[in-house]
Amino acid sequence: MKLVTAIIKPFKLDDVREALSEIGVQGITVTEVKGFGRQKGHTELYRGAEYVVDFLPKVKIEAVVAADMSEKVIEAISKAANTGKIGDGKIFVSNIEQTIRIRTGETGPDAL
Amino acid sequence: MDGITELSYALDTFYFLVTGALVMWMAAGFSMLEAGLVRAKNTAEILTKNISLFAVACIMYMLMGYSIMYPGDAAVSAWWPGFGGILGKADNTAAEVLASGGDIYYSNLSDFFFQVVFVATAMSIVSGAVAERMKLWAFLLFAVVMTGFIYPMQGYWKWGGGALDALGFLDFAGSGVVHLCGGTAALAGVLLLGARKGKYGADGSIHPIPGANMPLATLGTFILWLGWFGFNGGSELVVSNVAEANNVALVFVNTNMAAAGGVIAAMATARLLFGKTDLTMALNGALAGLVAITAEPLTPTPLLATIIGAIGGVIVVFAIIGIDKLKIDDPVGAISVHGVVGMWGLLAVVLSNEESTLIAQLTGLGVIFAWTLVTSLITWGIIKMVLGIRVSEEEEYEGVDLGECGLEAYPEFVGSKGSGI
Repeated sequence: MKLVTAIIKPFKLDDVREALSEIGVQGITVTEVKGFGRQKGHTELYRGAEYVVDFLPKVKIEAVVAADMSEKVIEAISKAANTGKIGDGKIFVSNIEQTIRIRTGETGPDAL
Repeated sequence: MDGITELSYALDTFYFLVTGALVMWMAAGFSMLEAGLVRAKNTAEILTKNISLFAVACIMYMLMGYSIMYPGDAAVSAWWPGFGGILGKADNTAAEVLASGGDIYYSNLSDFFFQVVFVATAMSIVSGAVAERMKLWAFLLFAVVMTGFIYPMQGYWKWGGGALDALGFLDFAGSGVVHLCGGTAALAGVLLLGARKGKYGADGSIHPIPGANMPLATLGTFILWLGWFGFNGGSELVVSNVAEANNVALVFVNTNMAAAGGVIAAMATARLLFGKTDLTMALNGALAGLVAITAEPLTPTPLLATIIGAIGGVIVVFAIIGIDKLKIDDPVGAISVHGVVGMWGLLAVVLSNEESTLIAQLTGLGVIFAWTLVTSLITWGIIKMVLGIRVSEEEEYEGVDLGECGLEAYPEFVGSKGSGI
């Protein structure tokens, strides 16, 4: 099983979520985060004093899927979250050792 | 005897000032209501809009609006008041007051103060409907025209003694002059502005965009409710004798009852339609009740006032849903609460006031609506052509707080370079 983690622009969340539904991903976890890569921050002005905010709001999506699904998931997220502009985000894939469904105790791919 | 007359003058002047101050407090109510119903990334901007429109309204009304609306004997005709110029009437002396035999019973400036907070209220109705995607300075430019000209003209036709007044059109505290006028100007703005990105799907679906802060929205509604006692109560215009004092008390009570009726009716309607008790509908219901009674809070019994408010509460729920179905995006329901229910308020006058006629009420309704819609569309249209009224798509996604104000309403995680924090 693979954990696919994607950092995307917040307004792309609905599009990515739909794309994942369409390929059969049944569950995802979403967190509001802030961060930066190469996208520059912006300058804010508060009562005459300027300050630079590096951190931009992003959304982190995490989905654990069967290993053979991960290519499809990467493609779906990439297409849905792409705007062509800097700051579109990144996708990371890592291994998952074990998955358990709390309600029934199922383990492994059955628990996904 | 002279002492009593002077005391009456002072009391009625004081009454105008205090009720005017209560109406000014409604600006805080609108600010909180709107701040609660927009998203966090757009909150600072709408607060900026609210405080600046209030300032613009006060200044424009002083510069030209007041004398357009109340030219007195200098009016040119029943439809054209003429441009009277800047506020500057000298106030009444004690001798003039005593000699007038009761005709002069309040300070001229107290009348200006009481009226200026009304025009600011009308203008603030617009800010909610165009929230989250309008350029701040384009909005303020419209405010200049609305408070300096559009509102005062239709205000003259009724309260200034112009043509609508002569026709027998009745509007005690402004369901038409203030609320319908504001709601219509808002409608014109929204029609030219367009909906927020992502609000309406290509397949006809309607996506909710929930507000960021329900406590603020509720606080705002209660503040407006309180301010409305000044709005309707002060519009009785006199308090200094037994009959008038009783009238004022009845107006306060009816205003309160109408709000209560509006809340329950809207809550019940929303519960029946959606299966859940929507807080935002309850809040809009309170305001709808208040708008509904504003055209005539004196002649109904408290029971009738409750019913009039309740009908307003039912209407507002359907209006909000209907206007959304028409793809007219109104984040706070301003067009429904003030425009649609304002119309109901004007018509409800015939239920309790024998001097009113349906014809006169419909005429006033039609004239105010048509005048405001046409002049607003023209004004918004010109501003759109010259300046543009909508922020860029990028700015709409990021939030207008950053684009227009350069700061955030709920900043956190700032971690700035060089500030040492």
